Amino acid sequence: MTEASKTLDIRVDYVTRIEGHGNIVAKVQDGELVECRMEITESPRFFEAMLRGRSWADAMFLTTRICGICACGHGTASLKATEDAMGFTRSEQTERLRRIVLAAEQLESHWLHCYFLVAPDFFGAPSVIPMAKTHTDVVLRAMRLKKLSHHICRVLVGRHTHPIGMVPGGYMKLPSVRTLKELRDHVASFDKDVQDTVDLFATFETPALERETEYESITHPQEYAFFDGRLMTSDGDEADSHAYRDIIHEEVVRHSTAKHVKNRRESLMVGALARFNNNHGQLNPEAKNAAERLGLAAPCTNPFHNNTAQIVETVHCYYDILLLLDSLIEAGIEDEKPPLEWPAGCAGTGVGIVEVPRGTLVHEYEYDEHGIVTGANLVIPTNQNLANIEADFRAYIPQVMEEGKREEEITHLLEMLVRAYDPCISCSAHLVKVEFK
Amino acid sequence: MADKPTLAFFSLACCEGCQLQVLACEEKLLPILEKADIVRFREASDGDADHYDVTFVEGSIVTAHDLERIKEIRAKTDTLVALGACATIAGVNAVKNFQDPDDVAAYVYGDKKEWFPHIAARPLKAEVPVDVEIHGCPINSDEFLEVVTCLLMGKPYRQPNYPVCVDCKLAGNVCLWNKGIPCLGVVTRAGCAPLMCPSAGHKCIGCRGLVDNPNTQAAKDVMAEFGLTVDDVLREFRLFQGIYDEVAKEA
Repeated sequence: MTEASKTLDIRVDYVTRIEGHGNIVAKVQDGELVECRMEITESPRFFEAMLRGRSWADAMFLTTRICGICACGHGTASLKATEDAMGFTRSEQTERLRRIVLAAEQLESHWLHCYFLVAPDFFGAPSVIPMAKTHTDVVLRAMRLKKLSHHICRVLVGRHTHPIGMVPGGYMKLPSVRTLKELRDHVASFDKDVQDTVDLFATFETPALERETEYESITHPQEYAFFDGRLMTSDGDEADSHAYRDIIHEEVVRHSTAKHVKNRRESLMVGALARFNNNHGQLNPEAKNAAERLGLAAPCTNPFHNNTAQIVETVHCYYDILLLLDSLIEAGIEDEKPPLEWPAGCAGTGVGIVEVPRGTLVHEYEYDEHGIVTGANLVIPTNQNLANIEADFRAYIPQVMEEGKREEEITHLLEMLVRAYDPCISCSAHLVKVEFK
Repeated sequence: MADKPTLAFFSLACCEGCQLQVLACEEKLLPILEKADIVRFREASDGDADHYDVTFVEGSIVTAHDLERIKEIRAKTDTLVALGACATIAGVNAVKNFQDPDDVAAYVYGDKKEWFPHIAARPLKAEVPVDVEIHGCPINSDEFLEVVTCLLMGKPYRQPNYPVCVDCKLAGNVCLWNKGIPCLGVVTRAGCAPLMCPSAGHKCIGCRGLVDNPNTQAAKDVMAEFGLTVDDVLREFRLFQGIYDEVAKEA
């Protein structure tokens, strides 16, 4: 190492092109890393406290507002928690519709993140806006795809942010078979854009960093799990939804309004790469083909490849939506009515766990016998990744300093690393209560 | 305004869903980018500037730091636009205003509650002058485009001042009250059509705030007719309209 590369003083206030407010702090003195933090400065939002006193029918209308990007995921987890507490068994039709909406949200979020927030780094642009002139085809394709995922949500739940019409037990308004057929034909016409996206991201060179960690996701015997499954980690732990605290251990840290999470190691990772590492064998053939073209193979221990895993998942979700629409069209739509009343005397706790774009999301509600929330706990994917981002910093900073990179380059690479996790800080900036009263 | 006006976007406490609705304008944003420069949009871009002709701020004020930030932003801004329910009426953030603030912090942060101080949630207009409001949770992308077009052309923007019921009738929806579902469309400011909740089969939850002169007596009569208790009514109103407490009290 040269003399100049022995010190480093990085402070990035409000990292750009991520959702929410976060700062990067890194200090190296005499070649030693003395300070390294991902600060979360988002205002605290207190959703768990605000849920207390809400009715079962309205809990979802509060919790979807946690996040504009994963509103459908929060909605899905929220409804699963409430239905669990009610002892309600969903129909196959409801499950299929919910799966489509959840998959459409993965598409929306992954495409938005990869095209609008990550791609500018690879094209050397400050944002997607100047790319409209320099890479018009790419930007127009990104807009078409984003619009497609919006359209799917709009047809099924009114809009993507914030969904309307899906309620505990089902839907207030069901689509007709004709609407579903039109939707299917429309979705099917984007095949080339989906594949072109794979080819574009296959040309990007991902920065080198190998650091193995514990990968957490849900897993399901029959499918690449997003909607349903048991919690698992790559270190061999498994847990049912009600026992999520056996794996997800949370702690409050001073420099973050979002809590940190760990299990067996100092940190763990959730999100597309964790899901890919844990469940890659269950991807559909189109997604497996995409992974091959992108050069992504499990186990992958480079966190920058979270973006690559996101692209693989867009392919999986896209073709999965077509299959789900086919099965709904074939079965026809039953005129099912959701319950309007809370089941008499039914008090207790419900847990809903789903995989949202950024990882495993847990909603846990405690209800009294009138269906009023008396306690709540939410575990947000970005919280679970924060300790892991810091652990990556500690591995990556000495590596890039050794390579003789300058401070501006290192700063840019650290921002890219944070961005690779696709953090959603609005979501994460409210902690969880330690236990129920 | 200069030849090519500058636009900026900021977020306080919120889900950033309203900025997403701006991005969701997609190709319709391109003509705006011909007429104006976006100099600050952290969610989508690097960069900043010293002065903004038009600033859009989403989110509520919930900390002393938010308070400082909105004052700094106001000082650098010619026209301040409150973007979405959190900024116009404090939105869902105000739900916590009806609980003991100490208990709220302790419930979420446990014995570390002092690390993260907070103040009662409030809309932008409670602290600084606001020039234009775009209501909704989230905002309606079309209304955003209309407001920007008016601002760039130097024309006033007039927000709808009639209740959601009017648009709901025009859309041919069956009234949800007739299905036994309490709906706040009777007093809530319209402007959400065609994406309004009743068109997706769900009750209006009042995210756009009240019309200027809501017919609260009629609303109360309807609610009484359907046997709602004061607790039920408060719960309905306080999801979004925490600062309009006087309406709830009358009920």
